[in-house]
Amino acid sequence: MSQDRISWARTVKDHLATACAVLAILLVLLPLAAIFLYLMQRGLSSINWAFLTQTPKPVGEVGGGMGNAIAGSGVILAIASLIGVPVGIGAGVFLAEYGRNRFGNAIRFTADVLNGVPSIVIGIVAYGLVVFRQKHFSALAGGVALSIMMIPTISRATEEMLLLVPLSVREAALGLGISRWRTTVSITLRTAAAGIITGIMLAFARVAGETAPLLFTAFGNQYWNWKLDQPTAALPLQIFAYAISPYDEWHRQAWAGALVLIVLIVSVVAIVRIVASRGLLKGTN
Amino acid sequence: MSNSALPVPRITKGTATPASSAGPTSLPPAGESGGAVPLLRAGTGFFGRLSDPAFGVAMMACGMTVMIILVLIVLELVLNSRLSLHQFGWGFFKTQIWDPVAGNFGALPFIYGTLVSSLVALALAVPLGVGAAVFIAEMCPARLRGILSFTTELLAAIPSVIYGLWAIFVLVPLLRLYVEPWLAKYFGWTRLFEGPPYGIGMLAAGVVLAIMVVPIISSLTRDVLTAVPRQQREAVLALGATRWEMIRMGVLRNARAGILGAIILGLGRALGETMAVTMVIGNRPEIAKSLLAPGYTMASVIANEFSEATGNLYLSALVEIGLALFLVTIVVNGFARLLVWTVTRGVPARVHAQ
Repeated sequence: MSQDRISWARTVKDHLATACAVLAILLVLLPLAAIFLYLMQRGLSSINWAFLTQTPKPVGEVGGGMGNAIAGSGVILAIASLIGVPVGIGAGVFLAEYGRNRFGNAIRFTADVLNGVPSIVIGIVAYGLVVFRQKHFSALAGGVALSIMMIPTISRATEEMLLLVPLSVREAALGLGISRWRTTVSITLRTAAAGIITGIMLAFARVAGETAPLLFTAFGNQYWNWKLDQPTAALPLQIFAYAISPYDEWHRQAWAGALVLIVLIVSVVAIVRIVASRGLLKGTN
Repeated sequence: MSNSALPVPRITKGTATPASSAGPTSLPPAGESGGAVPLLRAGTGFFGRLSDPAFGVAMMACGMTVMIILVLIVLELVLNSRLSLHQFGWGFFKTQIWDPVAGNFGALPFIYGTLVSSLVALALAVPLGVGAAVFIAEMCPARLRGILSFTTELLAAIPSVIYGLWAIFVLVPLLRLYVEPWLAKYFGWTRLFEGPPYGIGMLAAGVVLAIMVVPIISSLTRDVLTAVPRQQREAVLALGATRWEMIRMGVLRNARAGILGAIILGLGRALGETMAVTMVIGNRPEIAKSLLAPGYTMASVIANEFSEATGNLYLSALVEIGLALFLVTIVVNGFARLLVWTVTRGVPARVHAQ
């Protein structure tokens, strides 16, 4: 009824605004679709067993692969997780359980600031901290760089999840006479476990594709390397090197590598999404 | 059902039916430590008493690590750039020459490239990001909302190097063959689109950055929009507004500080973005007015030249660029966080209170 009184111009404006918003979301989704399409089309045709298991061949030779880079990425990410996950969770526990004060606020703010530091700057810092002292590029330096990027994300995610655990759960445990640390480890952390794992996996997915901090820490390698103190190949580095090269064969491999990387990351994000939709807390549904 | 393993139900069950759980846990072991103290306390001995403070200290150490990392970043950057800081002073940021052979270093072309590419990115990303957020938060049917926010999340999860790869082989040819000639023909008079259309250049970098920044802007804007109280919308609608009028007056106006914050956070990301830009900007340390010309950014000069830098002064100059980039992003991000916080601060508090 009141609809009748809305003037023609206002109705048109309303529809126009809706059309603009729809156009905006379509334009936002267009590159996503284009990127996945191209990755599928160009990547799938270049992926084969040799690609996943062999080392790069010299220019001009057909074949070879990124097996060493995939393994290298695994090693670097393992180092990063070994350092970043425990420290990140610990910092999150501190913020949630002990950090409701000014000191906690300072750490919280610092974590947010760290989250915004460009990854290339973290690369410089890891270079100064590890590479400069060791005198050569190494998987360890790459892992340290990535762990620095993981810590703030994981700690903020852990804190958020722990704060969702109702106070009554803690009080119940403490009321039974369970010590505070035991309450935190066995009750609070366990209740929030699904949410915390989600945060860890998102942080992992984020650093898995990082290239800039590895450029002058892990550096890259044409051969297999399992030594932590030697230059190591990484999938994103290899994609970068091949993408800017002038050879068609290498371009093909760059697409294949990109497809492998994106499958890894998207599957992590999708798993997280499924877990998250089932409820981040075991108790709250 | 499946949740019965939780602490809460277990405790209530224990108290309701004492007989069933009269196991070792519910009977006090005749307290030598007296009265109110603990049934379950792991140990009342030396270790038991120390375990609580020890745990607190360990967690605090983890928390401190976050601060130590930041201090280390600042220290490393300042110490490793002191050679260049000392040699060039403020002139470093005003000089256009970048000549590693002669040992003359000035960061102006990189600062210019970083600023211009980020501004181009924002010009494209802000309308799209805010529009998409308005659609997701206010217009789309609930069933679509989950899918759409998941896809924008996905866009944020794609690594920079893959954006770069895609840009080199898909976006750049597209720009070179169609977009740039068209811009030069119809907007050549602005003198922003002069010169040969290489494809690679400032414009390409800006477009890639825009694609990368849009998910950040749109997801943060969406958070801010949903934080606007429902009553605002209902009040405007009750006055007979159309949906767009409701969004404009009831939602956007209330959320503008937060939206500005989201935009500035996007800017922070664009300023520090490295790989995708390095792959398409052309990497030439020159200041050109035309957006079609190649340029260079602060992040990409570090990425390209750091591991090949010969001589301490060269390395030191690159670290100084890193230091400048670090400081700028910190200021930009801090400001943006503050803005977002002013809008959404009521929301997390309510979540925690329940």
